This record gives sequence, structure tokens and C-alpha cells, in this order.
Amino acid sequence: MPEPGPPGFPARVIDLADALRKEGMAVGTSELLDAFDALGHVSWTEQRDFKEALAATIAKSQEDRRVFDLVFDRFFFRAVEKEAVERGLIDQRFEGGDRLDMEELRERIREVVRQGSDGEMRDSARLAIAAFGRQGEGSGVIGVDVQRIRRSLDLKGESPNPGREPDPDSVPQDRLREFERHLRRELERGLIERTQSLPPAKPLSEFDRALPSGPLQDLAAVHRTVMLLKRRLATQGHEARGRKKGAVVDVRRTMRASLETGGVPVALRYRPKRPRRPELYVLCDVSTSVTSASVFFLSVLHALHDAFRKLRLFVFVERIAEVTDIFERERSFKEISHAIATEPGVADVSGYTDYGRVWLEFHDQIVDELDPRSTVIILGDARTNGREPQARAFARVSEHAGRTFWLNPEPKLYWNYGDSVMRAYEPFCDGVFECWTTKQLEQFVNALTDPHAVPPAVR
Amino acid sequence: MAADLATVESTRDALAAVGYLADESASLVSYLAAQLGKPVLVEGPAGVGKTELAKALARATERKLVRLQCYEGLDEAKALYEWNYRKQLLRIQTEKGDAAWDEVQGDIFGPEFLLTRPLLQAIAAEEPVVLLIDEIDKTDQEFEAMLLEVLSDFQISIPEMGVVEASSMPLVLLTSNNSRELTEALKRRCLYLWLDYPTVERELEIVHLHTPDLDEHVARRLVEVVHMVRGLDLKKPPSIAESIDWARALMLLGADDIDEAVLKRTMSIIVKHRTDLDVVAERAGVKLTDGLIGRSQTG
Repeated sequence: MPEPGPPGFPARVIDLADALRKEGMAVGTSELLDAFDALGHVSWTEQRDFKEALAATIAKSQEDRRVFDLVFDRFFFRAVEKEAVERGLIDQRFEGGDRLDMEELRERIREVVRQGSDGEMRDSARLAIAAFGRQGEGSGVIGVDVQRIRRSLDLKGESPNPGREPDPDSVPQDRLREFERHLRRELERGLIERTQSLPPAKPLSEFDRALPSGPLQDLAAVHRTVMLLKRRLATQGHEARGRKKGAVVDVRRTMRASLETGGVPVALRYRPKRPRRPELYVLCDVSTSVTSASVFFLSVLHALHDAFRKLRLFVFVERIAEVTDIFERERSFKEISHAIATEPGVADVSGYTDYGRVWLEFHDQIVDELDPRSTVIILGDARTNGREPQARAFARVSEHAGRTFWLNPEPKLYWNYGDSVMRAYEPFCDGVFECWTTKQLEQFVNALTDPHAVPPAVR
Repeated sequence: MAADLATVESTRDALAAVGYLADESASLVSYLAAQLGKPVLVEGPAGVGKTELAKALARATERKLVRLQCYEGLDEAKALYEWNYRKQLLRIQTEKGDAAWDEVQGDIFGPEFLLTRPLLQAIAAEEPVVLLIDEIDKTDQEFEAMLLEVLSDFQISIPEMGVVEASSMPLVLLTSNNSRELTEALKRRCLYLWLDYPTVERELEIVHLHTPDLDEHVARRLVEVVHMVRGLDLKKPPSIAESIDWARALMLLGADDIDEAVLKRTMSIIVKHRTDLDVVAERAGVKLTDGLIGRSQTG
């Protein structure tokens, strides 16, 4: 029988639940009752068992678990212990010569990063923060602090370049990343202690974060978000391929099945719904006004291109250029974006988008290949710099295509202001979407691959 | 001898005894599930041992494993029970003309005309069972609502026959691949367990357990390579089952080290997509010739 905790402990657990609710987690009374039930079976003095039992009954997803860990640590983390660690180190620092201890610390931490266990890495992270975290003022932004501490520790990752002689002081890249993760967590923990509140949620895990506004540096961030999106959409594709009951009874199969029951149709058989695998023709504006959005959209397309039966990609500024083969050839998205950026023939003299000319060219080159199964997607802001919008050419294109979608990376409020001519193109589109957050992009992709959508009436 | 899941340690030992190396959270949650009688919702990437946990629990507690494999379009008829219409129709047709309806009714709505599906089997069993509901994220919300009803009361009402109550509490495990959000009500009902890829040490133990004759050095190299491959950006990272397959293959081939040639020959055991094969061949092949993986061990 596990020993009960000190009096007043249940109240502490309820306080913990309140704190979790404040951070947005839904903790109901039934879950609290389950938690107390579970606590009745574990020893309250084993921190790990205690925490796991609470987590199993209260935190019901990965995201919840992350919040739970942070709040739990804030509640039960022993600040005294932490202080002792720091104070011990600071004394050491002033005892012998400064430089010597620093070097020793650096070497020790390097060893731990190379081969240490998880717990050792965590302790080293705390040491490193105690040693370097307070020098000068912490910038308050955790990412910057992590990098600064890493530099002070003189930790280098191994060069990915195979030709070069490996640096004896460097450490494996994945271990370095693991250590940086520990640093991050410990810094966050320290921040919680100081400010008594949780830091804002890490931006990469939020799905309605706005698209990155800087170009290629954020490519990594874009890539990570795309990977998350891809996992979700890939499994949704599988859902669509399922055996959902259609609405149409397949008479032949029903009659055949009725033979088993003496001619009486007891079980109805339905005609299966086939998922929609569209053929895509994508025109993407790559002028500077939409660069980040187009990068994002292209990376999404790249990640999903095996979900489409056919994908032909055109980029344009003043003229169009087909870049389908670059997409298929290059595997890494970085190479693709580089190749597209340097593709000749896209930007002409002035470098300003001319939508009218684009439609005319597209109409001439491609329109014969469009059929009712094709979907045309245009990503652009419809800012045509005062030139003729050529809405009629666009109308003819959208007539030939089965569906036409427009993705505008500007918020809807800005449409039709200035040189934006969305008004001219909107009537010919089957759907017009804003796409300046990842969530909107996700909605668009759902609309695109939805097998239950009613096919457009033949025009 | 059925194991008694009386403490966390004995749960972990019982699972280890049947060949499943559980980490702390898995053993704790299994122990709590057995003590509290609550279902367990297990989530995690593909291939980390979610289904295997259920099988191991069944072996450890010597209960029968009843498995319900979920798929899109799964409905009550396939999960709970179904009347065998064909048999009933044939029965009616062989009935003599003047038989009373009550007789016939008593006959055709009897247990021999009832097809019991997994959920009903689990509840109606005389001995306690382990019920595994696999890949519940493939079903839809209506199914979850029906499941919730069954799991809360552990009884099923069949209109023609009456209520079937559970004589013993089954140990219920639900697995999910995280492809969609499950309903709040279901999550609230269950204990939550996240199974992730194991650490290098743990995976080494697992490989040892399944291929004890594999050379220690090769096993360690294997696990390190697999960990490195998981860190790459692949469509389908290798799962634990694939590490074990690779270990077995290497043992059969009699390899005493993993160099570039061996890796290139056997790579398709752990990586299952064309594009992934290219990525791994590039990165890992290069790394191995430089001996950097070995260096971190010996240096």
C-alpha cells in the first residue's frame, strides 16, 4: 500500500489542475478524479511515477503533455537544488584562474555532448547556463541565448562536407542538436521561475502562424511546417481512398448478392466513391511581392506532388516558364527554389508582373491540353502594375479547365486596392482563397483533394 | 503462470519475460490500467510497438487477445454483432406451414444465429480478455460514440435477446496513428500513453532480445545507423520491427561489420521508399566510409 502524501497534497494537485486550465488545457473533474484514483496506486515519493501517473490521466495528447511538463516542473521543481548547482559553480570559477576552469568546463561539456546520457546532458545544460547565461543580460529571446551559450562553449558541429578533414573539437550534429534542445528547455525553465508564467508557445508548433516574411533564411522553418502539413494531408489522402459508402446503389451487385438469400435483396451494395486525383496546372507568381508565399506554396506542392496524377508547374513574372522538369529532377526543395529563381526567361525587361500577358501566353501554349479533369491554380496577388488584365483570355482558360482556383497571399481587405485587379478575375474562378497562413493553405489543399465535392457543371 | 500486475516493477518484469521491453511510462500505464480498469489510448509513430504491447500484455496475463482492426467504414455490424440473415431466412423457409410465430421467433433469434464480432466476444467471454482496438483513428465519429457507450457500461443490448453484460473486466487498449484528432469524450475515458522511438541503449537491448547471437559490435553499429537514419528527413522512418529484421538479416549473412557495401545491399530492409533509399545511400554511405560513426564510439 503506497504511503499517503503529506496533508494538503490533494489541494496542491487541484492547484496544478487550475494552473493547467489557465494555460489552455482542458482538465475536467472526471479527469481529476481519475488522477486521484491513479495516485492511490503509485508511491507519492517517487517523482517519476508520480508525474507519469498524473500525465497519463490528465494530458491526453503530445501538445498537452508538453504544457503539462512545463507546468509540473514549475510546481514541483526544487529551486534550492538549482541554486546550489549554480552557486557551486560560481565559487569554483573564482577560485582558480578563470581561464583554466572555463576550458575544463568546455571540455567536460564537449565529452558529455558526444557520449553522455540524457540526464548528463541535462545537467551539463544547467551548468552551462549557470556559467554563461548570466554574463551580460540574457536577451530574453531563448533562441538567441541558446546560440550565444553554444558559442561561449565553443561547440561546433561536425562539418557535413565529406571532403574536409574533421575537426577534433567538433561533435556529431545530432548530439549537438540534442544538447541545444536541453539548453532551450533549461532556459525556458529558468524563465518560468523568474517570471512565474509560461513563455509564448513555440511558433513552429502553431498551425495558424503567418507565412514567413523573409526569403530563404526561413526556408528551414518553412520546411518544418511543410513536413507537419504533409503528414496530416498524406493521411487524409488515405482517408479519402477508403470505403466510405457512396450514395448510389449498385443494382447489379445487389442482385448478385441476393442470390445468397433466395432472391431477396437483404444487403444493399453501393457503388464505391473514387477519390479525386486531380491534374494540376499551377501558375505561380514569383515576383518580389509574393516571394515568400510562393516559396511556401511551391514547397507544399513539392511535398505533395505524388498525390496528384499530373502536375505541371509554371512560374511567371512577365512571361511564363515551365519548370515542371526542375520539380521532378531535384529532390531537395532548396535546389528547386534556387533553380527557379535563376530560371531565365521569366522576368523580362522591367521585372514587374504583367498578368494579361501571362494569360495570353498560357492560352496560346497550354489551353489545348486542358480538359474537364484538369485543375488550374494561380498563386498571385493580381497586382498587374496598371497593365491590361486581359480578363477575356483568363475566361477562356477557365472555360477549358475543369476547375480554376486562385490563391491570393494578401488578406482579403487588400484585394482590389491599388493595382490589384482581383475583381476582373474572380467571376471566372471556381474558388478564390486567401493564403497567408498555413491554416488557410491547409483548407485549400483539403478543398482541392476533396472527393465529395460536386463536379462543376459543364459550361 | 499468469503474472499478477501488482506493482509497476512486476508489470515491467512480466512484460520483459514475454519479450517486450517496456519503458517506464509504458509499464506504469499498463499497471494503472490493470488496477483501475480503465482503457489505454496508445499513440505514437508507426512501428514502435503499440500493437505489440497489447499482445505482450495478453501473453503476460495469459488472457486471450481479442482484436478489432479498424478501418474506414467500420460499423456496428462488423464490430458488435450481426444476425446471420441468410441462415435465418433458410430456417424460416424450412418451417412447417402451421408453426406458431412465437416458436419460430424463439428459434431464429437464438444464439446460434448470432454472429458475434470482437466487441461482443470481449464482453461475453467467461474468462477476462485483452481487447485490442487497432488504429481507431481510421474510423469515424459515429463509431467512436458507439464505442464509448460500450466502454462505459461494458454491456451491449441486443433488442431481440436482451442485455449482455460483461462478467469480467477486459483490459482494453486502443491504438492510434495520430492521423486525426479523436473525440474529447473518448480521450477523457482513457489513460494516455505516448510510445516513441527508443533510445540507443533500449533499442540495443531489444535487438539483443530478438537476436541474441548477433555480434555485440555489429548490433551497436546497427542501432546507431538506424538512429541516424531516423534523423534524416524520410517519408517513412524505420521502425523497431525493421531494426529487428535487419539484425536477423545481418546474422544470416554472417556480416561482422556494417560497411558501405553491406549497408547498400541490405538497406532496403529498413528503408521502403525509392526516394528514401536515395537519401540514405547518399548520406549514410558517405558517413560510413569516413568512419565517423565508429569514431564517436572509440574516440
